[in-house]
Amino acid sequence: MKLTLKIWRQKNSQTKGELKTYPIDGVEGDMSFLEMLDVLNEGLINKGEEPVVFDHDCREGICGSCSLQINGEPHGPDRLVTTCQLHMRMFNDGDTIVIEPFRAKAFPVIKDLVVDRSSFDRIQQAGGYISVNTSGNTIDANTIPVNKHDADESFNAATCIGCGACVAACKNASAMLFTSAKVSQFALLPQGRIEATERVLNMVAQMDKEGFGNCSNTGACEIECPKGISLENIARMNREYLGASLKG
Amino acid sequence: MAILSSSIARKVAMALSGLFLVFFLAQHFTINVTSVIDPDTFNSWSHFMGHNILVQFVLQPVLIFGVVFHFIMGIVLEIRNNNARQISYKSFKGNRNSTWASRNMIISGAVVLAFLGLHFYDFWFPEIVHKYIESNPLDATRYYPELVHKFESQVRTGLYCLAFVLLALHLWHGFSSSFQSMGWSNKYSRGLRAFTQFYAIFIPLGFIFIALYLHFNQIH
Repeated sequence: MKLTLKIWRQKNSQTKGELKTYPIDGVEGDMSFLEMLDVLNEGLINKGEEPVVFDHDCREGICGSCSLQINGEPHGPDRLVTTCQLHMRMFNDGDTIVIEPFRAKAFPVIKDLVVDRSSFDRIQQAGGYISVNTSGNTIDANTIPVNKHDADESFNAATCIGCGACVAACKNASAMLFTSAKVSQFALLPQGRIEATERVLNMVAQMDKEGFGNCSNTGACEIECPKGISLENIARMNREYLGASLKG
Repeated sequence: MAILSSSIARKVAMALSGLFLVFFLAQHFTINVTSVIDPDTFNSWSHFMGHNILVQFVLQPVLIFGVVFHFIMGIVLEIRNNNARQISYKSFKGNRNSTWASRNMIISGAVVLAFLGLHFYDFWFPEIVHKYIESNPLDATRYYPELVHKFESQVRTGLYCLAFVLLALHLWHGFSSSFQSMGWSNKYSRGLRAFTQFYAIFIPLGFIFIALYLHFNQIH
């Protein structure tokens, strides 16, 4: 496959970036999108040019490191996959592919296609945890009965890898889906109820402080999420928040 | 306002004011549809709404506050949301993951607001002048002829119909979205969504029917 890549190049967070065009040949359909970028970078390095910087780690859809807005969609045109799981067979010979970083005020560009997603870490730190006695009297979690439906829902929410596709897809750059998944995974379990009130209030406050937009329920986040995190989590977080606010 | 400092509180405030306006719309439609069925009923109900103290001095100010609040909150949210992504994408395929109606509530809302300006110019301001400035004597039969007169104009009828189409798009997303904002998500959600979508089509279509009926009924 011969492709034309239009890639966002930006030296650092202080400089302005722009799309640069790179023709690439010999792309196989079985390559992953990141492997295709590896091939491009090898060519650039051989020519003495600066390679394109992009985030990646596990390359099997688990770590949430890879990002990339590909042809106007986070993680590209496929569904329920991360960029590292996106195969080049999704594209056709002669296609032009526009590759940009995830864009949000709360995700400033570090270089080229790499953005700073530490705002998600700070939201997690604000309440995405439970307190457990680890002094030697730790109680096995399995001794507490949990309703099967709630356990499944909690596990579904916990599959969020924090990649930021929800923010990238949202026209308002809202982080509601991410935050709601992190709130839900604990809110649904008895172990998480103890700190439920402070958790939702603190995590939402941190989310707002980071400068994410307001959710307007377009549902784009749910469609583009590589893990299929449901909008029901946002409704649950809203309920939790309203209940917590009334409690004070 | 401190109470609206959180994003979820703003969502809920937007949802509540929207639901209030949806309820008002149903009430307005119920009165208007009588103009097609029985002009005398339309006159009598309009006279009641125009002279009942509770309606005029309690419900009407609440309604005006609801409209203004919903409109100002919509603008505030739009500005905040635009600030959350200061550099736009060169390529953004919103139509692959969301409806036009959901992404463009500010556009449909602005058209509905512009329509409200025309609607106030047509009916509300003349009514205020008639009752409180000119202090005309009570006449319970004037409402239907005034209504019919307004829909003589092709342009006005067309503008009303266009605004109702945009109102339908606004309701298509906004009505069901308001329940999500308030945390409603259970086994009844699908049924509720179906109802909100039926409402979003039925009420604006009903208003369009009334406008066209009044317009064409005069021609023939």
